[in-house]
Amino acid sequence: MLDLNEIQKTLLTEVADLHDVPQGAYNIRSNSRSVGRASTSNIEVMPREDGQGLTIRVQPNTKNESIHIPVVMSESGLKELVYNDFHIGKNADILIISGCGIHNTGAQDSEHDGVHRFYLGKGSHVRYVEKHYGSGDGSGKRILNPGTEVYMEEGSSMEMEMLQIKGVDDTTRTTTAELAKDARLVIRERLMTHGNQRAISYYIVNLNGEGASADVVSRSVAKDNSYQKFDAKLVGNAPCSGHTECDSIIMDKGKIEAVPALVANDVDAALVHEAAIGKIAGDQITKLMTLGLDEQEAEAQIVNGFLK
Amino acid sequence: MLELKHVSFRVSEDGQEREIIKDVSLNIPNNKLVAITGPNGGGKSTLARLIAGIVKPTSGKILLDGMDITDFSVTDRAKTGIGFAFQQPVRFKGIQVYDLIRLAKGEDISLDHACDYLSAVGLCARDYIEREVNSSLSGGELKRIEIATVFAKASKLSIFDEPEAGIDLWSFQNLIEVFEDMRDHINGSTILIISHQERIMNIADDILVLKDGQLASYGPKDEVLPVLMGTAVAYPECKKGGAGKGDDLC
Repeated sequence: MLDLNEIQKTLLTEVADLHDVPQGAYNIRSNSRSVGRASTSNIEVMPREDGQGLTIRVQPNTKNESIHIPVVMSESGLKELVYNDFHIGKNADILIISGCGIHNTGAQDSEHDGVHRFYLGKGSHVRYVEKHYGSGDGSGKRILNPGTEVYMEEGSSMEMEMLQIKGVDDTTRTTTAELAKDARLVIRERLMTHGNQRAISYYIVNLNGEGASADVVSRSVAKDNSYQKFDAKLVGNAPCSGHTECDSIIMDKGKIEAVPALVANDVDAALVHEAAIGKIAGDQITKLMTLGLDEQEAEAQIVNGFLK
Repeated sequence: MLELKHVSFRVSEDGQEREIIKDVSLNIPNNKLVAITGPNGGGKSTLARLIAGIVKPTSGKILLDGMDITDFSVTDRAKTGIGFAFQQPVRFKGIQVYDLIRLAKGEDISLDHACDYLSAVGLCARDYIEREVNSSLSGGELKRIEIATVFAKASKLSIFDEPEAGIDLWSFQNLIEVFEDMRDHINGSTILIISHQERIMNIADDILVLKDGQLASYGPKDEVLPVLMGTAVAYPECKKGGAGKGDDLC
């Protein structure tokens, strides 16, 4: 059993769908300290020798194993910078569940800045899920600044799902990736901001090897007075393919900025970007109203479906 | 029973008032499948939208089973028992066909049950039920899904605005069978279908002809259809050798 209070347990459920100690390898970080950690025969989870964070090593050919590394913060005024490094062995195929939940009822800001570095060996595959969640009615902000660096060797692949739906006041997400021959990176970002929240996402994906491919898609909803910026740059340095897409619903007095960029340094780099920002179409609401939903219910269904 | 009492609808265009529906009064009893036809621009779709509450009449009253629903919102009319299949169905990013059918039904239903509605409109249910209602669907597929949502809603009054538009000839036969089946299981409800197609009019009990926003004719199919045949209304305009504006309508 983990030594967590009810608030911490709720946060853990929100960000990692965990009710207790997970199966497989894990590290649970609560209020700036590890409250539970386990390795398996194939996955080693160790605290870093210098500073805060973890070094995680996955043995080559490890299959069907998972790593949970959720972070919860329930004390107001905490500020931390954590580095987690993941070394994924050749041909391993694993699932990593990350995520951070902050509950802040105080007047001071709470901030978690996590830097994740992934080193994917040849032919390995990682599915990475990261969920952000904020709660508490304190005037102090809930701040999350994730930095992600991905280094992908030949033939490796990674799917990243990033989800931030509620309660995080300020986020600057920075993701960079370097892809070797035949590596494939798929990123799916789902974001909803409300109140006076601000969320900025920067992506830089360098497609360095022949046959490398990337697909970076963000779907977002900006409500109330919130602000979002999506800035994604794909760089084709070899015969490769890349696609980036930002699709946003703007509501109330929200503001959204989309800055898709493509750089082709090779004649056989095939790169595409798409960006669309618009309010909910009136005929979508009318259709759902003809099914018996009122306007607010229709709007909620459209937003939930869009972010699903 | 649906009653329209002196319903008019005016719009303002370029500073000029235009009357789309002009003082229409009619009663449509239960257990009837009624085809609404008439020349393009005659007000058919507007009449349907007035009944569904998507637009409000400038004057007049609309009653459903004796209840005055004129001031009801679209939502309230839907809850009172009106279903509406759009001529040009809407697309939704992220919302799945299953979600739409569940919302139409107004309750959680099993995947198998939801699939039944898709099968009824001639779609291979397993291939579609988890698809998003987005631009990956063709116009014809979307149209059939739209019809399936109205089936699932099972309203006292179901309105279909040109259900055949955008459906290929091969699927059209299937669509006719779908409406025939609905007709056979009408169970006290009413079905209104806006259509130019003779084959749809053929399965109707009654036919209502709207021209220039007015009721030109309304009566049993056997009386109205023979008069209509040979006019521009029930045929593609090209067959009328250019006299396709509906001016020769009875």
